[in-house]
Amino acid sequence: MSTTRIGSGAGFSGDRIEPAEDLLRRGDLADIVLECLGERTVALAQQRRLSDPSLGYERRLPARFARLLPPALANGVRIVTNMGAANPLAAGQVTRDLLDAQGLGGRVAVVTGDDVLADLDLDAPAWETGKPLREHGEIVSANAYLGADALLPALSADVVITGRVADPSLFVAPLAGRLGWDVDDLPRIAAGTVVGHLLECAGQLTGGYFADPGFQDVPDLHALGFPFADVEPDGTALLGKLPGTGGLLSRATVREQLLYEITDPAAYLTPDVTLDVRGVSVTETGAGTVRVAGARGTPRPGSLKVSVGYRAGSKVEAEISYAGPNAARRAALAAEVVTTRLAGVPLRAEVLGGETDCRLRVAAISHDQDVLERVGDEVESLYTNGPAGGGGVRVHVNEVIGIVSALIPRDAVRPAVTFLEAPDAAA
Amino acid sequence: MLLHELAHCRAGDKGNVATLSVFPRDDGDYQLLVRTLTADRVRAHLAEYVAGEVVRHELPGLCALHFVCHQVVDGGVTTSLALDTHGKSLSSRLLSLEV
Repeated sequence: MSTTRIGSGAGFSGDRIEPAEDLLRRGDLADIVLECLGERTVALAQQRRLSDPSLGYERRLPARFARLLPPALANGVRIVTNMGAANPLAAGQVTRDLLDAQGLGGRVAVVTGDDVLADLDLDAPAWETGKPLREHGEIVSANAYLGADALLPALSADVVITGRVADPSLFVAPLAGRLGWDVDDLPRIAAGTVVGHLLECAGQLTGGYFADPGFQDVPDLHALGFPFADVEPDGTALLGKLPGTGGLLSRATVREQLLYEITDPAAYLTPDVTLDVRGVSVTETGAGTVRVAGARGTPRPGSLKVSVGYRAGSKVEAEISYAGPNAARRAALAAEVVTTRLAGVPLRAEVLGGETDCRLRVAAISHDQDVLERVGDEVESLYTNGPAGGGGVRVHVNEVIGIVSALIPRDAVRPAVTFLEAPDAAA
Repeated sequence: MLLHELAHCRAGDKGNVATLSVFPRDDGDYQLLVRTLTADRVRAHLAEYVAGEVVRHELPGLCALHFVCHQVVDGGVTTSLALDTHGKSLSSRLLSLEV
């Protein structure tokens, strides 16, 4: 087995499309992973599926794939993505249709089994609160984080679509397939998990979320390139980005991403491995590449994490600005007026900004539509009833899906793969 | 001087836990950070935002101090009333600490 190149084409649902297009056209990749599913995204997607059974996949999938499928199929780059969200099979069919409309052929694989709402014990306690799951509110989704093993049977496809899968596992599976790794090979699965963890946020590795003018300057931030990794059979990785792209790939940016969201550097739990990053080395090799090695792993946890979404009501956020001399005191007075008039309503009122340019922000979450409207109305009525010079009122109300976590035994989760063949291949 | 002169920082979040990784701009300042940037100091500096325990992990191989902050006030991205629901700006707030 020789080195394989895997790229990162999206780090979240709203990510840019052109860096992925660039990687597909001239990156000489074997695989590209698009990670588009945040904690809440799947619960929101579940809501869309409930209102229309043909929906519930990532809503930007058609726009993203319209641009990415042609170069991927033309250059033989396999796509792995969790854009299936709450409805991977529908996402697979949309992808099949997009491929067929453009005469691209290809094979689509859909990984299901993460939706465990029907099997979850709602009397089990949530990690975060210790309270039984059902006491948080109406439960609308429960998705287990599948591991790389669930994706392995899908790897013969050109496009692999999943729902909830642990982010690093989206990378570990194609790496294991290309490099012939066994899922029980702890050093290699640990190394692949580090590669996945580094790449999963895309531009956050290559200078995004890093620039601090005068202290950490990033060239051409407006044209940030996304990263790829050349992974050797032993798991050692050389990280790079395409020539001519903006951004910065350095020991500093890689170290920041390595520890990002790691709650225990000695034991980071994924469905594939218990990862120890303490011995990882991060070395600039010159020419803008960074070498990463030294991950260690112990066996994977016996249970899978489940993200449980519940209806938490709606959040109202209302704001008004004050400027010029004494602005901070006028904003504070405005806050006092609102909190006095809304006495008894649990809310957060805070004055943001400096002494002479202030914004009062009032926020509350409630299931009660009247409360939500009153909070917005009280801030708006500051225009003519509050302190001098208030302006720029904005009121936003959005439904809130709360997320809590639980564990589910592995054997209660049954991943499956469905292939959607091109019409001529099926004939 | 401000910690910002000596170090850069990345915030991450998982539920109502925030992670803050601090890296000296010059590896030679790592021991200075180990001595001065204790979990207690970080917790005191961020007391307005962190209600629970702050655990410090020393990672000499990476030249990093990694702080895991529990019970970020108003807890958790999904139901928080804060403007920055993720607590992403905690990284820069930490860098305003005097060292």
